[in-house]
This record gives sequence, structure tokens and C-alpha cells, in this order.
Amino acid sequence: MELIKLSGILIVIIGFALKLDAILIILIAAIVTALVGNLGVIGLLETLGTSFIANRNMAIFILIMLVTGTLERNGLKPAAASLIGKIRNASAGAVIGAYGIMRGIFAAFNVSFGGVAGFVRPIVMPMAAGAIEARGKEPHEEHVEWLKGMASGMENIAWFFCQVLFVGGSGALLVQSTLETLGYKTSLIDLAKVEIPVGIFAIVTGTVYYFLKDRKLYRKYYGDKK
Amino acid sequence: MTFFLSQDVTLGTKLLEVIYIIMGLITFYTGIKNVLDKENPSRLGTGVFWCTLGIVLAFGRWIPSAVNGVLIILMTVPAILRKVKIGKIESLTEEYTDKKYRDIGMKIFIPALSIGVFAILFAIFLPDLGAIVGVGAGIAVSIIILMFLSRENRPAVFLRDSERLLSTVGPLSMLPMLLASLGAVFTEAGVGDVIAGLVGGFIPKGNVNVGIVVFAIGMAVFTMIMGNAFAAITVMTVGIGAPFVLNYGADPAAIGMLALTCGFCGTLCTPMAANFNVVPVAMLDMKDRFGVIKCQLVPAALIFIFHIFYMILLK
Repeated sequence: MELIKLSGILIVIIGFALKLDAILIILIAAIVTALVGNLGVIGLLETLGTSFIANRNMAIFILIMLVTGTLERNGLKPAAASLIGKIRNASAGAVIGAYGIMRGIFAAFNVSFGGVAGFVRPIVMPMAAGAIEARGKEPHEEHVEWLKGMASGMENIAWFFCQVLFVGGSGALLVQSTLETLGYKTSLIDLAKVEIPVGIFAIVTGTVYYFLKDRKLYRKYYGDKK
Repeated sequence: MTFFLSQDVTLGTKLLEVIYIIMGLITFYTGIKNVLDKENPSRLGTGVFWCTLGIVLAFGRWIPSAVNGVLIILMTVPAILRKVKIGKIESLTEEYTDKKYRDIGMKIFIPALSIGVFAILFAIFLPDLGAIVGVGAGIAVSIIILMFLSRENRPAVFLRDSERLLSTVGPLSMLPMLLASLGAVFTEAGVGDVIAGLVGGFIPKGNVNVGIVVFAIGMAVFTMIMGNAFAAITVMTVGIGAPFVLNYGADPAAIGMLALTCGFCGTLCTPMAANFNVVPVAMLDMKDRFGVIKCQLVPAALIFIFHIFYMILLK
């Protein structure tokens, strides 16, 4: 029965789908696969050890943390807030789009400002609401609800598709190591380069879509007049 | 020491090893700090996790593989038992960061961006040293600039801040490394061959375009089910990507990497990716549990379609 070798994959899929402890799932999947794949205990330990050591570059985030926290301490967030605060006379959708562009550019350098909790909630949302008030309208509850969804969406889109542009990001490192175990050599710069059109397309798609969606909602909730 | 003096080892490898030793020491420090921290509710478990990891990171090269394997399993035990906790954390006050912002201002972006800039510079101009050494150089430059910008940024401050962040992200930060190891176990056990034999019945052999479409859709769907593109990429590359696309000469860098971002399109559409799609609903006090996902479906679909065409074009 060759199919039994797939039990590890099944364990991963079911385990993650059931939201079991991620590290436990991986450990069980590795043990089961090693046993049914005739690696034995020593084979499992050696494969685990060798591959973990070969993949230590994925822990580079630990070294990066040496500065991330201190950057935060020295006012990175207020600096980013004042950067985005420079846009004037923008619609709420344009504010969200501007945040997406800024978030995307900085994500390519592996710089974050605190995500939804640290930046969208305290800075982007008040700016978006302020944009509506600046046009003499009282922000409509349902409009604000949509804006929250759009701002979170922009945050996710910009982060997902632009963090892969950072040379040395964990996504590319995982891809590189997976390909290497299969016998394909790749370089981190090539892996980042191939994502440049994706990053640009994702940011353009996100900003244009949210800008148009906001304009449509604005007309719906506040009438046609500007 | 013979390793660092040896003529046969390239400078890039030596520098990389120095980086791993520093990384390991930061991690080891995190463990010791928490063992001594009376406010940590689980001093032993937290200490075992970070100290073991620190040893493997710093000195794993000189430890036999099987012993490393034992240490890694030992490391996962307190993580699985949820005994890795956060101790006393000094919280940054807004008054303090605002004050620093008034002192330093927009100049803070220089050290912030230097890591990425140096990674690119090294990857392009010093390929023998490589991007990771470039990240290390960027961090060194960033630290020097930060110390220059404010006298309060003493070496101990950097160490304490990294401990604060490392403790906050916790054991889950090890997920990519553990998944990569799982991928290696899969490959070693011949899982890929079995899937290839199985799926071979559905995908016509040698039709790379069909392979790409199946790989891309598979990545997105598996990510939606598992809620994690990193978990999906190992399984899907071994099972579909390698036997049906890369085997026929497609560019491994392009196809392998773009498959990951196909997975991200799936992440945008699933409540399984709670961190990105459900937690924000709570944080922004939204009424609709699917409010974030609803705003992401159209862009996710467009970006996914872009991927398919782009992958076929690049293959």
C-alpha cells in the first residue's frame, strides 16, 4: 500500500482545518510519515536535524527584531502617521488607497507600522471618517462598516503581495528550501524579482477597486452631489 | 575555531555562521531572561523552548544531525503544552514614542529601510556573500544609525527590545522552519512520488499549462481549507508542482514562488485565516463577521487570474 505514505499530508490538512495546535500537527505528521515511509526513528531525527540546520536562514527575523522594536521605540509609527497625514482633500476611498500604497512600499523593505490594531484602527479609520466630514456629511454607519472592511482588505493585500518583494523574507526562504529538497536551486533575488509585477498589480487592483467602491457607496449614502 | 580559520570555507559561509551565532545568542538570552523573570507564569517551559532553540541556531552546525533532531523535538514539547509564555514586558508609552518622533522625525525611515536596501545590494553586487548576509549588514548599519540618532539607544536597549518582540511572537514564529523540515521528511519518505502516481491519472503528462492551472488552483483551495499558505506550499510543491510542472523544465523560481502568492489569494477568501480576516472584524468592532472577506473577494479573484496568465507566460 503506497497510499499510506500520504497519511502525513492528510494529518496536516485535517489538523489545520480543525485548528489543532500547528506545531503538534507538524510533529505528528513528521513522525507518522517517517514511520510509514520506513525512515525509522534515527532517519526521522537525522532528516529533522539536517533540514532545520539547513533552514536556519529562515530565523533571520530574530536578528531583524534587534532593530524592529527599537525603531518602534524611536517613533516609527508617528512618523508613518504624519507621512500619510500629508494627503489632503481626499475621499475616504483615496485615504485607504494611499495607505495601501505606503504599506506596500514599506512592506517591500520588511517595515510594518502595526497592522490593523496598531495603525488602521487608530490612524487610517479616523482619517477616512474625517474625509467624509470634510465634505460636510455625517458619516453613515453602513458606509463606515464598509470602510472598515476595505481598510482591512487593503492592509492584507498590500502586506501579502509586497512582503514577498523583501529579499530574505520568510515566504521566499520557505519556497527556496522546499525547492532545494526537490533538487532545484534558486536564488532569493530571483524569487523576489518574479513577484514585482504581482506586487504592482495587487496594489493597483486594491486601490482602484476600493476607490471605485467607496465612490459608489458615497453616492448611495449621501446622494449624488459632491 | 578551525571552521573560521579554514581556507576551504567561503567568507559568505563564515559570515552566515556568525549571524546564526548572534541569532542563537539573542534567542538564548530570551530563554534565560524568562527563567529569571518572576512574573513569567511558566518559567521552565519558556526557558526550555528558547534556550534549546538558541543552542540549535548558534551551534547546530557542530552538533550531530540526530542530536539536533532530538533537541528540536524537545523544543516543541513546551510549545505544544502551551508552556511558553510572556514574562514582564515593558510597554512603550505613546508619550515616549511621540517625544522621540519630535526629536528624530522622518529620519527614522533611514534605519528602517536600510535592512531591505542592503539585502538587495548584497544580493546583486555581492552574490558570493548573499542576501542574508546583506540583511545582517543592513541591521548593523541600522543599529549604528539608531545609536547616532539617539543617545538613549544603548546596546542593551536593542537586546531588550528584541526579547520583547520575540517573546510576543512566541513559538508560532517557528512555523515556517518546522514546515520546511516537514517538507524534507515528506520528500525523504517519497510522498511526492506517490501523489505524482495518483494525480497522473487526472493530469495529462507533459501538458505544463494544465499542470500550472492545477497547481495554482490547488494552492488557493488548500490554503482556504488549511488557512495557511505556508503549510499548503510544502505539500503542494512536493505533490503537484514538482512532478507536473517543474519536471517538464518550467522555471522553478517563477513557478515555485508564484504558487505561494496564489496561496495568498486563497488566504484573502477564508475565515480559516483568522488572524487576517476574523481578528480585524473584532478589532474594528464590525457587525458582519465576513465584512473583511467580502471586501477581499473581488481583488483576490483578479489577482489570482493575473497569476495564472503570468505563470503560463513565464514558465
